[in-house]
Amino acid sequence: MTTAPRPDILRAPLIVEFPFTRSLGPVQSAFLTGLRNKVTLGVRTPTGKVLVPPVEYDPDTAEELRDLVEVGATGTVTTWAWNHEPRRGQPLDTPFAWVLVKLDGADTALLHALDVPGPEAVRTGQRVRVRWAAEREGVITDIACFEPDDSTTEPAQAAPHQGEFGDMVTGIVTPARLDYEYSPGGAQTRYINALADRRTVGERCPSCRKVYVPPRGACPTCGVATTEQVEVGPAGTVTTYCIVNIKAKNLDIEVPYVYAHIALDGADLALHGRIAGIPYDQVRMGLRVEPVWTEGGRYPDHYRPTGEPDADYDTYKELI
Amino acid sequence: MRPPIRDIAVVAFAQSDHRRTTDEVSEVEMLMPVLHQVLDATGLRTSDIGFTCSGSSDYLAGRAFSFTMALDGVGAWPPISESHVEMDGAWALYEAWTKLLTGEADTALVYSYGKSSPGSVRDVLTRQLDPYYVAPLWPDSVALAALQAQALVDAGETDEKALAGVAARSRTAAATNAHAQLRGPGVPQGDYVVQPLRTGDCPPVGDGAAAVILAAGDRARELCERPAWIRGIDHRIEAHSLGVRDLTDSPSTRLAAEHAGAFERPVDTAELHAPFTSQEVVLRKALRLGDDVDVNPSGGALAANPVMAAGLIRIGEAAARIHRGEARRALAHATSGPCLQQNLVAVLEASEGSEGATR
Repeated sequence: MTTAPRPDILRAPLIVEFPFTRSLGPVQSAFLTGLRNKVTLGVRTPTGKVLVPPVEYDPDTAEELRDLVEVGATGTVTTWAWNHEPRRGQPLDTPFAWVLVKLDGADTALLHALDVPGPEAVRTGQRVRVRWAAEREGVITDIACFEPDDSTTEPAQAAPHQGEFGDMVTGIVTPARLDYEYSPGGAQTRYINALADRRTVGERCPSCRKVYVPPRGACPTCGVATTEQVEVGPAGTVTTYCIVNIKAKNLDIEVPYVYAHIALDGADLALHGRIAGIPYDQVRMGLRVEPVWTEGGRYPDHYRPTGEPDADYDTYKELI
Repeated sequence: MRPPIRDIAVVAFAQSDHRRTTDEVSEVEMLMPVLHQVLDATGLRTSDIGFTCSGSSDYLAGRAFSFTMALDGVGAWPPISESHVEMDGAWALYEAWTKLLTGEADTALVYSYGKSSPGSVRDVLTRQLDPYYVAPLWPDSVALAALQAQALVDAGETDEKALAGVAARSRTAAATNAHAQLRGPGVPQGDYVVQPLRTGDCPPVGDGAAAVILAAGDRARELCERPAWIRGIDHRIEAHSLGVRDLTDSPSTRLAAEHAGAFERPVDTAELHAPFTSQEVVLRKALRLGDDVDVNPSGGALAANPVMAAGLIRIGEAAARIHRGEARRALAHATSGPCLQQNLVAVLEASEGSEGATR
């Protein structure tokens, strides 16, 4: 038994990125298609309130709303906040004011950005107008931002609108990206560092004595920390397997190949890995295998047969 | 309000030391000592617990089903009666409370944890917003709180000096809270993050975990010398669109408090989940808390704000004061969503049901 010193903390960038594809309801579809056409629409509730941006259901009563109206592209700031350091994805990359704007003819406010030089140039009650994006496709950012409006024209009233335009937008794709710096914690760091030394090191539960590979820092049966390091393997037994026939994106491994659960000698939990060095249709439960590290690899690339006789079913049945 | 059909109490509470980063431990490694502490306080083992419920968010870790790893810490094999909410642990506690009310369990372990350090929590929280009209603009959590703060300033409800007072009072109170991240007087108000909010008006960003044990009736009395009896809990939500809400008020908090019985008798202590100073102004008004009420003696979320755990910690802190005999009737509040969109209120008392009602 050895007790590991505190290892250096492993860190790796982790980027979660996905394009969300969303379908639109009839009201959202009309609103966003309207923006593409430089028209701002709202929806009227049964009590006569005009909601902008319009929603499919009344936030007060949950009634379905379909009564569209056109409102002005000018409006009044109802509250603001000065953002001196714009962040990724925000409407402007120069300092701007976040604003809630009640468009003329609307009873509720829309969140967006106001392009002014500094906090002294924005106030609640200020008159502003939409600045349209040069290229519009039916998304909220078709409103590039708001800008101060010093015109003295009479504010628009809400007027009925069919909400029909040519080539209606029925869906949007919104990209999302979040950046992380991932650290795996103590147990997994010890495991990963040992793998780079071509050793597979699990951890033993002080209560039930089971050896977990890979270790997660806790025994899932006893709910206590696992701290005792135990080197296992290198060889192990295939407990069960599957044959992969569909090629994953960006994977340079020829199909079919075999992916297996492997109980390393001395481990009480099977890990998984790819089996190679044997035709895929000859892999079997009980096959004895060993890890293969590629040149400079920090972890086993795959497992190959050792040539030993197959393990008896009774020796690994508890680990299936 | 009808009294609960069963007397249920918070019998133990534990929390981690909340820190800016905890990259030397995984989530379960951060959580496990807290679970052991709360179990040790009652003498219970995980196998004695009737129901386990947790709260966390995959978006903080950037990993799907990240909470399943944390379940190793409660010894979830062989399978236990367990549930998870993708919300602050206060809502996990609400679920556990209802489970105990049904009589299906007599004890419950509630835990929650959050690591804000791997990502950028200001940006992560934009992903909870309306995906059609709001999220594509990436308005971060401080920006939205700042819009609310400015609305309060415009309405004459507060000003920057008053907000700085809330910040100073909270962190001074946290001087005696060994778990808090930002402690003691003299924390500078700093520069604007998003005007009108300065760094001092914003919560510290950090990692942490908390756990609570609930027990019903006689079990509670066996496990704890002075149980904190839950006299009522309720939670309410408002519209997601900021532009349809009055940001200077919190009708959902008021309604939840009414249904939890908070207005039936005065409370002596209130633990409010107000990550931004301006939100305390709104909550004090909605909950009708006078100057005689001890608000956030722990320092609140301005002293430590482990996202997904900070609300549960409010309930735990309120209960712990009752356990220690420092409070007789306490209110605990938790919030979720932008600008106090969703609010939970719990009322805890040192004396139980029928006895408490006659005091």
